[in-house]
Amino acid sequence: MSENHLLELANDVVRMAMARGATGAECTIGEGDEFSAEVRMREVESLKEAGSRGAGLRILIGKRTGSSYTSDLSAEGIDRLVRSAVEIADITSEDPHAGLPDPDELGSVPGDLQLYSAAIENLDPARNIDQAKRAEAAAFDTDPRISNSDGASFDSGTSRHVFANSLGFSGEYRTGSCSLSVSPVARDGESMERDYWFTIARDPAGLQAPEEVGRIAAHRALRRLHPVKVDTQKVPVVFEPRTARSLLDCIFDAVHGMSIYRQESFLAGKLGEPVAAESVTVIDDATIPGLFGTSPFDDEGVPSRRTPVIERGILKNYLLNSYAARKLGMKTTGNASRGLAGNAGIGHGNFFLEAGVQPPSRIIAGISNGFFVTSLMGFGVNIVTGDYSRGATGLWIRDGELAFAVSEVTIAGNLRDMLLSMEAVGNDLEFSGSIAAPTLKIGEMTVGGK
Amino acid sequence: MRFADSLFAERFQISTADLNRYLAEALSQGGDYADLYFEYLLTSSIGIDESIVKSATQGVSMGVGVRVISGERTGYAYSDDLAPEKIRKAANVAAHIASGPSKIDKFDLNEGVRHNLYPVLTAPTETALADRVELVKRADRAARAYDSRVFQVQATYADNLRHVLVATSDGVLSLDRQPLARLSVHALARRKGETPQQRHSGGGGRVDLDFFLKDKPPEYFAREAAREAIAMLDAAEAPAGEMTVVLGPGWPGVLLHEAVGHGLEADFNRKGVSAFSGRIGQKVASELCTVIDDGTIHSRRGSLNVDDEGQPTQRNVLIENGILRGYLQDKLSSTLMGSASTGSGRRESYAHIPMPRMTNTFMLAGQSDPEEIVRSVPQGLYCANFGGGQVDITSGNFVFSASESYLIEDGKITRPVRNATLIGNGPEALKYVSMVGNDLKLDEGIGVCGKAGQSVPVGLGIPTVRIDRMTVGGTA
Repeated sequence: MSENHLLELANDVVRMAMARGATGAECTIGEGDEFSAEVRMREVESLKEAGSRGAGLRILIGKRTGSSYTSDLSAEGIDRLVRSAVEIADITSEDPHAGLPDPDELGSVPGDLQLYSAAIENLDPARNIDQAKRAEAAAFDTDPRISNSDGASFDSGTSRHVFANSLGFSGEYRTGSCSLSVSPVARDGESMERDYWFTIARDPAGLQAPEEVGRIAAHRALRRLHPVKVDTQKVPVVFEPRTARSLLDCIFDAVHGMSIYRQESFLAGKLGEPVAAESVTVIDDATIPGLFGTSPFDDEGVPSRRTPVIERGILKNYLLNSYAARKLGMKTTGNASRGLAGNAGIGHGNFFLEAGVQPPSRIIAGISNGFFVTSLMGFGVNIVTGDYSRGATGLWIRDGELAFAVSEVTIAGNLRDMLLSMEAVGNDLEFSGSIAAPTLKIGEMTVGGK
Repeated sequence: MRFADSLFAERFQISTADLNRYLAEALSQGGDYADLYFEYLLTSSIGIDESIVKSATQGVSMGVGVRVISGERTGYAYSDDLAPEKIRKAANVAAHIASGPSKIDKFDLNEGVRHNLYPVLTAPTETALADRVELVKRADRAARAYDSRVFQVQATYADNLRHVLVATSDGVLSLDRQPLARLSVHALARRKGETPQQRHSGGGGRVDLDFFLKDKPPEYFAREAAREAIAMLDAAEAPAGEMTVVLGPGWPGVLLHEAVGHGLEADFNRKGVSAFSGRIGQKVASELCTVIDDGTIHSRRGSLNVDDEGQPTQRNVLIENGILRGYLQDKLSSTLMGSASTGSGRRESYAHIPMPRMTNTFMLAGQSDPEEIVRSVPQGLYCANFGGGQVDITSGNFVFSASESYLIEDGKITRPVRNATLIGNGPEALKYVSMVGNDLKLDEGIGVCGKAGQSVPVGLGIPTVRIDRMTVGGTA
């Protein structure tokens, strides 16, 4: 379907909703294509290819809200979409804070944000399969103990995002990305461990070489072999970038505007206060060209922007959509996010902790007894209280060096203390997703083991 | 339900001749097997927050997935448009996984005999919205009324009605109408000037709306969420290290789901990447443990009349008196492993390739009196409720997070302690089960299981059990 057609359709849906009695309306249309090639033990395991689309509508009737979605974009399907939203608005309550953004808040970041490359759509399936095969082969070739694999995959996709509202905003943008990942299994005697590595880019030319992806994945699996369960103790804990990212997830959840107005975050009411060590600066920026959390406007039609969240340890901003902003008496930060259905929630753009100056090796070199965490398991984070307790795997730091593999242990603490005791920030910030962090060192956590 | 009376025949004018044609198209390049999965899904959800019904949504999605299997290879394509030319295009794309002449051109599609586990005449999705919105309003009122320290309540009611048609090249033609409903309540409580605590509760199943009006009313879940949040206001730091753990009955069955369930899914074992690979017949738990995965329990959240490959579900013994008995099989893995499907092939939607999954996973009741189990522990942790869990299939390490737990001191349950993650190793953890209670309880019906990016509803259950050694991830 041509781009103009979907944009027209979104505007039509808004007009139809207004004609049926809505006093405000927002229509989101998404369209996407996906391709996936999976390889295992040097052979093709599966190929998947398809496209889909759908439309979502949210309406206001005075201060009441209703929403609906459909994958049926025929005239009949669209008519049902509009009727459903109007029908269901009838059961909702008057909410004094319900509404759309202020008209003067609407808009879009100008210029090319480099979110889409035609090269993604022109990818040759045979080449994609070959990339996955090469990545897996490189893992096998690294070491004879890599004798099994959970496979390698090459995935690509493009999507089109269309949004229109009854205040006259309408806009659209396209995104695309491709990725290559591999999960080798290392085995030595009775010990069996699996790890993975991946590379992702907006343009195929930006991917790491398959051989490099395979080698890194193999080394990650190999270094997990023959793990030890250490004694329970309190030690410094270092998160490598892949696990440090999950701490940023926690910070995002804690500055999420909905959690703030409900007071279900340990950072609620702390604006302007020190909440982290001075070395910590956390930014949300959805305007950086080519990155994975970038977009010209948010899911309410508000332009994307750069918002400092924590600056040198001081909490500066929450992340808000227009609803949370009205609840808190603030302005939206352009962080509205939603799928096709429902009221807008809150999402992040590129949400990251700014790089420091220390190379990771120097951070490790400064620790005589500590834990270097390479993977985390489970959901043991309580954003209301900040209590943190997760399963962890990694390497033990002994006298400044990575000494031996550790698994089947937990790490625990409270996020309040963890952020304030962030003793070192690495210089190794890289974006392989919309959340990113460099190597981070927390002064002390409880490792639960024997 | 007969095919001719189904929504797919009536509304979309699909005939068995059409199904034959699509299957032939899918196998036009060769291949051993093909199937079609048609789905028509209606959903609705209603949310209350701050005593205001702030959100309500209803939606419809539909599509068809076409799969072709050739040896160990799978080709998959889907369409969200049920027009014949779109389905044929998907069949053609999926067909490219194979390369050879077409081997099969006639399919004898038969509607077999199947269960009727959720004979719901009017699905909740088909009832008046005005009746359903009352559920969240009642939950909100009840949670607030429970205790004045409850200061925020959110409740969400969600239901869906899924119509499914599966047609396969080996002759299966199966239809199912799958209702599902769930109510969940979050309560946030605070003592003046102190840190709040939030807990949630919920339940449901493949039930009609009467379930929430008669069996388990909104007040039941609301009070439970509020009770737990209030109980945790006094929580002390959780202990850290290895200790004796007693799991209460019901949802703590998440232990089984993580410790053994996932590791016994056949795809991981066929590939030799599971910590349980090659261990059939070996002792992987104490002889007190018998673990079952049963997709045939009446009206349960994890139950299905037929799995998403058209196979009738069944009761599968995973571990019998401590001995590993079997894997959960889907079509592909069972064919490659030379065994039969256990009715465990599931998928999130028409856009997803099926794989072996759990349904309702639980441990059979034992002989012990639950109170006696607690009395037997001089010092340990009693876990009444959990959040979610996760497992590393290959190493076998798993975690699950205690959301309501208490210290056991001198055989008595004493102080509540904060959230803590419990960690163990699948093939080892259940060997330390030393007592199994006579109080098997299934969960309330809120479980969602994720695997390889696909979510499906599941059930859990366990009696009170004593585990002599498990690592608890507290701070004290």
